[in-house]
Amino acid sequence: MSKVRVLVGTRKGAFILESDDKRETWTTTGPHFGGWEIYHINGSPADPNRLYASQSSAWFGQMIQRSDDGGQTWEPVDNKFVYAGVPGTHQWYDGTPHPWEFKRVWHLEPSLDDPDTVYAGVEDAAIFKTTDGGKSWNELAGLREHGSGPRWQPGAGGMCLHTIVIDPQNPQRIFIAISAAGAFRTEDGGATWTPINQGLKSEYIPDPNADVGHCVHRIALHPSRPDTLFMQKHWDVMRSDNAGDSWHEVSGNLPTDFGFPIQVHAHEPETIYVVPIKSDSLHYPPDGKLRVYRSRTGGNEWEALTSGLPQQDCYVNVLRDAMAVDKLDQCGVYFGTTGGQVYASADSGDNWTAIASNLPPVLSVEVQTIP
Amino acid sequence: MTIRVVLPAHLRTIAKVSGEVELDVAAPATIPSVLDALEARFPALQGTIRDHVTRVRRPFIRFFACSEDLSHDPPETVLPMPIQTGAEPFLIVGAIAGG
Repeated sequence: MSKVRVLVGTRKGAFILESDDKRETWTTTGPHFGGWEIYHINGSPADPNRLYASQSSAWFGQMIQRSDDGGQTWEPVDNKFVYAGVPGTHQWYDGTPHPWEFKRVWHLEPSLDDPDTVYAGVEDAAIFKTTDGGKSWNELAGLREHGSGPRWQPGAGGMCLHTIVIDPQNPQRIFIAISAAGAFRTEDGGATWTPINQGLKSEYIPDPNADVGHCVHRIALHPSRPDTLFMQKHWDVMRSDNAGDSWHEVSGNLPTDFGFPIQVHAHEPETIYVVPIKSDSLHYPPDGKLRVYRSRTGGNEWEALTSGLPQQDCYVNVLRDAMAVDKLDQCGVYFGTTGGQVYASADSGDNWTAIASNLPPVLSVEVQTIP
Repeated sequence: MTIRVVLPAHLRTIAKVSGEVELDVAAPATIPSVLDALEARFPALQGTIRDHVTRVRRPFIRFFACSEDLSHDPPETVLPMPIQTGAEPFLIVGAIAGG
């Protein structure tokens, strides 16, 4: 019987929830690393017992933890993230140059076939890689040095590289996203990078059609169609069918096209999920109703999913890394809120149940489907 | 000489110790020499008290000894005699800074 393991990062520790493939009864362990911010906890697709967690604190900085037994025990690994060479400057909030300074790891993306290889997206924006299970990290400096770095600027949450998507059919191709610089693609495993922001339009930057400067919140793809990308931008839900060379808007009938996460159904490449949020300054759902929106047409036509979700007086947010899907035959969808709830649907989003209700604010949710 | 060090609770968890840590440090002990000995014995603490590269104290870390705040003292400052003799512990403290 398959098992599902939900990895939840919160403001005050990590929690691991497990269930069998019915996804009706859940056990919870944690808090792991209690009191620390866990921006992300993720598992290796090649070895589900190998987990990595980004543990950080304003007091004590960054730790990276590794588990080889599915989260039962953990060992700290290397936490030294040093930019290659002289890192230079990016734009500060007031438009002045500001030196690159490492703050934290936002996202850990293990390789698809090697448990010891992991990519780390960090603030101030850069991508690092380990090939020895976290014993050492080295920057893939071609991204930060590709030329537009001095024009990148922080969003409200900092200048963070928060999204790393590896093309499952060609692992040398990786997509990343930075707030607020935009999306970038490498075709050579991270040595060189190209901005892929054509078609994005952002009224909050001086040139709404600029090649960089966009606040991309999340990118997702379906493994069977790696040239088709879906994006939740600061405003606008976007789609590309040429690996990011150009984008078009698919917000359609959403009540608002602001939001943070976006996900693709495990078995239906044209079925996607977003959580509309009222606006950039009102980070809660419209009308006090927590609604996931699903499109079965790859965008434009959206339906509200509400069964089991609070439909009055709900003012939580769902952050960019806090939504995931499992790979069971009946695809499960999961998301966590800033109110400390984790909701799960075992039927592609039709019905939802809170599998955790009183956690600290949820920063990230990942799901492992374990045979 | 043996220097007694009290770590913040979160760093005791990282170092997997309970209570005070006792370190052998060459005389005369300074804050950097105590931290060098601490990080050598507990490599996981590297980067949690001071920057990996610059060795500068993290902003929300404080160093107390004998009821004095030594956080801003120059690095070559020799620690007070009660710390050197082990009569008093050297305190590494997480600063009061939010919830």
